[in-house]
Amino acid sequence: MLTLTCPCCNIACDETELHPGGQAHVSRAGPDSGDDAFEQYLFLRKNPRGVHFERWRHAMGCGKWFHAARCTVTLEVFGTYSAQTLEPPQDILDAIAARRPDWQGFA
Amino acid sequence: MSDPVTPLNGASFQGFVTVTETAPQGMITLRGDLAAAALRDAVLAVAGADLPDMGRIVINGSRGCAWMSPDEALLLLPRADVPDALAQLATALEGSHHLAVDVSDARAMFRLEGAGLRDVLAKLTPADVSPAGLAPFTLRRSRLAQVAAAFWLTDQQAAHVICFRSVAQYVFDLLSTSARKGSEPELFDS
Repeated sequence: MLTLTCPCCNIACDETELHPGGQAHVSRAGPDSGDDAFEQYLFLRKNPRGVHFERWRHAMGCGKWFHAARCTVTLEVFGTYSAQTLEPPQDILDAIAARRPDWQGFA
Repeated sequence: MSDPVTPLNGASFQGFVTVTETAPQGMITLRGDLAAAALRDAVLAVAGADLPDMGRIVINGSRGCAWMSPDEALLLLPRADVPDALAQLATALEGSHHLAVDVSDARAMFRLEGAGLRDVLAKLTPADVSPAGLAPFTLRRSRLAQVAAAFWLTDQQAAHVICFRSVAQYVFDLLSTSARKGSEPELFDS
């Protein structure tokens, strides 16, 4: 069972109290972009075996969106952080590096 | 104005914990910048208590205030005082971005009484309801079976549950079934 701590209300929520929002840090391809970029934005998602960044909504609680970094293999949670960011904060990256030394990094 | 009617007309169930629908309760949802002094003063004036810290609820007599999310508070007050309180909030917060709505009719409220109330909740929610995880006056927003609910303990023997009015019967049935005599899991020493 996945337990994530909501950074907005500090509650350790069970997975069933949350609504999944898919991959985090997807940036929108704007009007000037080509079809390939737009397809990438709209449809193509990472499906890593290992470290993954996701969006979650605390639906049965404060109702806020947040981001989580976790391992898709072991369900280990490296940390949760605010949704108001474009990339993972340094403390999350440090936590991942400490647990997964050969991780290739956020790209 | 017509008399307020609770969704289940004060239904109650006697099990190893007593489940009772409480009398009509005035509730106001207040959204805005919870750090703003004007809003905090307005909450104190209307709810008779300071806005509590994250995840907490304060009760002061027939009034109270709960922290619901980083930008939302729930004010509890006598039902008859709600219109005046809304007018008071509108005056106090004029010009600042906020939302104050009477949600008394949108909610149902239950009271659980008895030593086994943590057991009753533990059967229905994934939340940590152990004495260490849910101290009195900690407001936990979670779910009861399939629907959203919020609950808090006033002491080790009494708790309140708030849910939406549309699921009042469902939540009452859940709590009653969970509190049925002979089904005590006795998970907690309380």
